[in-house]
Amino acid sequence: MSAHSRWEAVIGLEIHAQLATKSKIFSGAATTFGAEPNAQACAVDLGLPGVLPVLNAEAVHMAALFGLAIDAEVALESTFDRKNYFYPDLPKGYQISQLAQPIVNGGQVVITLGEGETAEQKTVRVTRAHLEEDAGKSLHEDFAGMTGIDLNRAGTPLIEIVSEPDMSSAAEAVAYARKVHAIVQYLGICDGNMQEGSFRVDANVSVRPKGQTSLGTRTEVKNVNSFRFLERAILFEIERQIELIEDGGTVQQQTRLYDPDKDETRMMRTKEAADDYRYFPDPDLLPVVIEPATLAIWRDSLPELPDAKARRYQSEYGLTPYDAAVLTSSKETAVYFEQTLGALADRLPDQVADAKLCANWVTGAIAAQLNKTGLAIGDSPVTASSLAQLLVRIVDNTLSNKLAREVFEAMWAGEGEADAIIDARGLKQITDSSAIEALVDAILAKNPDKVAEYRSGKDKLFGFFVGQAMKAAGGKANPQQLNEILQARLGPPGDQA
Amino acid sequence: MSLYKQSLAELRAGLDTREFSARELTEAFLARMGTHDGVLNSFISRTPEAALLAADQADVRIAAGENAPLLGIPYAHKDIFCTQGVRTTCGSKMLGEWVAPYDATVHQRLNAAGAVMLGKTNMDEFAMGSSNENSAFGAVRNPWDHTAVPGGSSGGSAAAVAARLVPWATGTDTGGSIRQPAAYCGVTGIKPTYGRVSRYGMIAYASSLDQGGVLAASAADCAIGLQVIAGHDPRDSTSAAQPVPDYSAYLNQPLAGVRIGVPRQWFTAGLDATVAARIEDALRVFEQQGAIRVDIDLPDAELALAAYYLIAPAEASSNLSRFDGVRFGYRCAEPRDLMDLYERSRSEGFGAEVKRRILIGTYALSAGYYDAFYGRAQRARRQVAENFAAAFAQCDVIAGPVAPTVAFDLGAHASDPATMYLEDIYTIPVNLAGLPGMSIPVGFSGLRPVGMQLIGAPFTEARLLATAHQYQQQTDWHLRVPAAYEEGSL
Repeated sequence: MSAHSRWEAVIGLEIHAQLATKSKIFSGAATTFGAEPNAQACAVDLGLPGVLPVLNAEAVHMAALFGLAIDAEVALESTFDRKNYFYPDLPKGYQISQLAQPIVNGGQVVITLGEGETAEQKTVRVTRAHLEEDAGKSLHEDFAGMTGIDLNRAGTPLIEIVSEPDMSSAAEAVAYARKVHAIVQYLGICDGNMQEGSFRVDANVSVRPKGQTSLGTRTEVKNVNSFRFLERAILFEIERQIELIEDGGTVQQQTRLYDPDKDETRMMRTKEAADDYRYFPDPDLLPVVIEPATLAIWRDSLPELPDAKARRYQSEYGLTPYDAAVLTSSKETAVYFEQTLGALADRLPDQVADAKLCANWVTGAIAAQLNKTGLAIGDSPVTASSLAQLLVRIVDNTLSNKLAREVFEAMWAGEGEADAIIDARGLKQITDSSAIEALVDAILAKNPDKVAEYRSGKDKLFGFFVGQAMKAAGGKANPQQLNEILQARLGPPGDQA
Repeated sequence: MSLYKQSLAELRAGLDTREFSARELTEAFLARMGTHDGVLNSFISRTPEAALLAADQADVRIAAGENAPLLGIPYAHKDIFCTQGVRTTCGSKMLGEWVAPYDATVHQRLNAAGAVMLGKTNMDEFAMGSSNENSAFGAVRNPWDHTAVPGGSSGGSAAAVAARLVPWATGTDTGGSIRQPAAYCGVTGIKPTYGRVSRYGMIAYASSLDQGGVLAASAADCAIGLQVIAGHDPRDSTSAAQPVPDYSAYLNQPLAGVRIGVPRQWFTAGLDATVAARIEDALRVFEQQGAIRVDIDLPDAELALAAYYLIAPAEASSNLSRFDGVRFGYRCAEPRDLMDLYERSRSEGFGAEVKRRILIGTYALSAGYYDAFYGRAQRARRQVAENFAAAFAQCDVIAGPVAPTVAFDLGAHASDPATMYLEDIYTIPVNLAGLPGMSIPVGFSGLRPVGMQLIGAPFTEARLLATAHQYQQQTDWHLRVPAAYEEGSL
């Protein structure tokens, strides 16, 4: 964007989150992913003549929880409408959705932008979230000249979460999508699997000259199945639109598909004439009524959500806002962090110090390895309890930070628990003062000239002595003790006495 | 007395006393079907083998001492109820050979009750029509006059009952489709309150109006049929949770003191004079039994008609989208591509009236027209319901005509659908308000029967059936059988 600093992007997201109900939104068929095609589609899902939908109460519960979590108004009465269009994977020729009276109105999501000390927060407004049924899948491969239809997914409950166009960069859009992803997972209402399509993000992107208040023509970018691709797709789309306009063209209202292989978006269909879905209230379904008392019970049942958890991490553990945000950014990360802390709690006294140490390791070494290997934290080869055992050895001075790194690498490689690796590799830190004193004395005796130079004022040589002593100790001397003993033996630099 | 003229109660008694077996009873009706249905064309599918099997099973249950009201007694289904193993066509080429893999709730209940299905009756395609001429399986003749229509859309059920090819039949009523053919064929029909009978497995025409019901010779027989098919169904969200009263037990409630409301606006120029006269005769029978005639206002029938012909097609346009040639039903030969598959499958599979209503409905729901058409129609619908509520403050039952005329000639309205739509002017308001309504035979105009409509407040089926039954205790119109279908005449 720097090359286009006179332009500003306007982005809104539509997120489809599959609700983690056992059965479909309007039928009793199972919702498990990956079954044989059409093995999980009953008469209702197939849209056979005569069948009728019956609303799954758990889907309503889950949608309401989302509304409560984002501080939205949960409608005590909402209604279902039919969205009519023909498509082979839409069995009834209409999708049951909510247009006029959605279950969730308004709400907001706070996102954290930037890193470390300079991190900032921004609020993205949610317009609405509504319940609807998913369509099936068209399979264009494997059927020469024909299309196969798999209706296993048809009728899977979704909430479509529509944001206001409050985001102005790909980074903000990704932060918002990640935050919504975290919220639905904290709530346990969506498995969040983007590869399997449980959490799908469509981005509405437009650009306008900075300072202009009216919106530019937008395009809708679909087929984005990871946060990285979301960022790439939006970046590409912003660039494309700016270049188009700067070259004298105009942006067409279109639906565009992101192609991750080519890292570009391309046109899927134009939306010049707005689709006419002939929405009308579904006469097969009664209004969804939620009793205020029920809603109150649901509100009380909400788990601790990312923002509240982050605030608690700051106040209870003294973590920085940024670390707290990172640790709460996904439910899995927070769970891992808290499990590690829990395992430490029995063994170590200083909760705040432990929490900071723990936070450093989770956001540092663990995050780096996960990033490198592409693993989710729940699949980390170093479990929370294993990490805790390692941290205990740091706090009790068995390991220096450097040795701890080495042990960690070995743990990650599957060599066992921290203590076993320490024993096997003889990595135990030397904390016996007399042993360190002996080491130091030997080094000083071997280097009288350097000692003299140091004492004559060349204080930079202190590092040389540390290095020599550490080398002699095989890297295992407790660094702090080594420093103290060296300082005591050498005296202050320049001291000729 | 010949079996075909017996009431359901008499048949029950005959079975229970072993005067005849369910097999013998079934064979007797199958024989009548074989003799007469070639002319009538009241059945789309006949299922004699399955019927005899069901009859034998019923005989086993009867021998074991069971005596449920419909056990071992034949009936026919309007071909709109899904039946596993027997095709369900809905009168359409679109579903010409389609066999449902599941049973409608109504069918499940009848199966459990041991009722014996003889076949599935003819109907206007997707229940759209008032003459049964819109069937892909040909028109049905009126047993009283073979040059007349039987009415529609449950024309096959009405004709089959009138000719006593079955003792009773199921029907469905979206804008009059039980009451009007019952009137035209001189039988008794009841459309219950919306939600009283499950719609699960009943192929939808207009979901907010469709309601299953019963056609039979008498109100007493309707009570027995309705008793079995009514009741809450968790598979139909619009199904009512109210308990179902014992309809037969209420039949002997006297008419003394019952206020019969007669809508002034329904006895005007549009109503055939003979039909009006027969209804006046019937009203006098009520009064002779102590009922009190109250003249009431029931305005807006024309408004209701207009509203219906927007709401029903709008819902139908959506309900019938699933017939796209992709998963079931008719598919055109050699489709070039997806659009061709859709266009030709639907163009070739649907008949003219169905296409007309899909077009009207699609238009009514289109962006920019929704408020002017569908939105206004819904407001009119509320108005109609309020009019009825006001009327029921003054009376217990409303009585009036079912249709402006008696059965018209086959082909009479073929080129003029708007005139045909007027046939439903007295029945449609009842569907819009979701109320229970009946049609009972009250005499003839020439060869053709005249029906009277009885309308009640929501869930007053017991009151309606009792009112009709009391009338039928004083008259014998409901016992008459067309001469050509009397056994002696063969």
